[in-house]
Amino acid sequence: MTDSSASTTLSASTHKSSLRAGAGAIAAIARNAFREAVRDRVLYNLVLFVLLLIGSAIFLGELSAGQEVKITIDLGLSAMLLFGAFIAIFVGVGLVYKEIERRTLYAILSKPIGRGQFLLGKYLGLCLTLLINVAIMGIGVSVALIYLHRGWDPLVVKIWPAILLIYFELMILTGVALLFSSFSSPALSALLTFFVFIIGHFSDDLNALAKSSGSAAARALFRALYYLLPNLTHYSVITPTAHGIAPDAGAVGLAAAYALVYSAVLLAAATLIFGRRNFK
Amino acid sequence: MPIIEINNLTKDYEVGFWRKRKVRALDGLSLTVEPHQIFGFLGANGAGKTTTLKLLMRLIFPTNGSARILDRDISDVSMHARIGYLPESPYFYDYLTAREFLNYCGELFGLNRNVRQARSEELLTRVNLDRKSWDRQLRKFSKGMLQRVGLAQALVNDPEIVFLDEPMSGLDPVGRREVRDLIAALRGEGKTVFMCSHILSDIEVLCDSVAILKGGSVARSGSLEELRAAETNAIEVIATCHAPALLKLWLKDLATVSTTPAGLRIEIGDEKDVDVILAQLRAVNGKLISVNPVKQSLEELFLG
Ligand SMILES: Nc1ncnc2c1ncn2[C@@H]1O[C@H](COP(=O)(O)OP(=O)(O)O)[C@@H](O)[C@H]1O
Ligand SMILES: [Mg+2]
Repeated sequence: MTDSSASTTLSASTHKSSLRAGAGAIAAIARNAFREAVRDRVLYNLVLFVLLLIGSAIFLGELSAGQEVKITIDLGLSAMLLFGAFIAIFVGVGLVYKEIERRTLYAILSKPIGRGQFLLGKYLGLCLTLLINVAIMGIGVSVALIYLHRGWDPLVVKIWPAILLIYFELMILTGVALLFSSFSSPALSALLTFFVFIIGHFSDDLNALAKSSGSAAARALFRALYYLLPNLTHYSVITPTAHGIAPDAGAVGLAAAYALVYSAVLLAAATLIFGRRNFK
Repeated sequence: MPIIEINNLTKDYEVGFWRKRKVRALDGLSLTVEPHQIFGFLGANGAGKTTTLKLLMRLIFPTNGSARILDRDISDVSMHARIGYLPESPYFYDYLTAREFLNYCGELFGLNRNVRQARSEELLTRVNLDRKSWDRQLRKFSKGMLQRVGLAQALVNDPEIVFLDEPMSGLDPVGRREVRDLIAALRGEGKTVFMCSHILSDIEVLCDSVAILKGGSVARSGSLEELRAAETNAIEVIATCHAPALLKLWLKDLATVSTTPAGLRIEIGDEKDVDVILAQLRAVNGKLISVNPVKQSLEELFLG
């Protein structure tokens, strides 16, 4: 019954070197997580986004002369952040939870895959999904600007640093969702991640509160929150961008470095917790 | 040298949400498995078979004890490159097709694209999954079909040892037969198979050696013949005679005598006493019907 020509013997030469195999396995997990997101229709949010842009373009064209470019950037980038945060939180908290709940994890972890590798692969898969989501939205806003300007608009270039910062922020948020979901239920994880998202945007205010607070206990609490939670204030430059002021390369580079380090710490913590779990 | 060594493995589960208490699922389990054979891990529901496999696969961690597979500690997951595992009632990504899933598993082992594709097709053929279903999403698969995909994914890396948790469950009689033949063929290829089952007949027809698990530890173990041989010294003699009471009296130190529809059933512990029994039987003009060794079925071992 078995076709002998299709029969394959697995010699050592068909296995890649172990380091490359490790990286290859992480990439495979990431690609599969991306494929899951696509097949679960996560990218359908783009349709909603484009409808929103078209709708506002029509509406704005009739209303506010001269303001439409500013409002389009403001609206487009804000929607990009909100839609992205929605995906990062709701897909992020289910990344690992779903695999445990449906026991799809069993067959995967019986392969030569460490739990850390598995988490990293899942994380990168959602980051890839978000990257594509954000990129397509960015193109959408750019096209809208060109349409409104009836030609090339220099603002089309200026919105991209802001888009990049939004993406970095979503990377951090995904890491937070993953960390919470490594020890709590999806609903609680989503709620906690949402709080972090909100508080992170008021991080500078937390610092100010810590400085001005009367009681020592409150001061300590605000300070702890300030240092522990991600500082997301530097990632929202939507309003200045709408006014034509883009952040400089140094600020973007710093934000990128901060996002990478913070995500790495989140992943390390998640691995530490996830690595000790018994799967029911 | 044993290929699997389990040493005093103990696992407590914590149950209860508010007031946590511990349930001992495995209690000092020790066993060894020799290579190139089919090892049957037999036990009733809840005996701890699945728990043992999950511990070996590092899905859960032991409360106590240790285990080695292929002479490496189970904490070393790189050893997984040389083993395969079929979980109990397996469930896989429902958004993937059977072919995509096997291909994905091949990627996790670092197999090259060409090898992966050839291997996936070869295995799907081997587990007799209908060719029309190869490119259908797993969400549309029946339990039996998933079981076949599960067997295929356990073989993607051409493993030296295959761990199968209830491999026949969810299959129709034809499917059971096919899976049985597949498992036998794996032994023919020199692989070691560790299979769990609560169904005695599946184990009886396939396994070279068996461990019977009861209450979280091994109650009996050995080859099938060894397990049976331990109980086959007894002999039963069936006979009829006109003076059963007298015969009973004469034999009361030697045998247990009972009345059955077939006649008198005389059971003796040692076959060398058969001659004595037959002599006594002639003395009361009895008629011999049969002399049989008493085989204790595995079932009795399993249940008793
Ligand atoms: N996740 C779990 N939490 C609590 N108890 C469990 C869990 N899994 C199994 N058990 C208990 O451990 C014992 C052994 O279960 P299991 O290993 O599934 O047995 P088997 O596979 O032999 O049927 C049973 O009493 C079962 O109720
Ligand atoms: Mg079981």
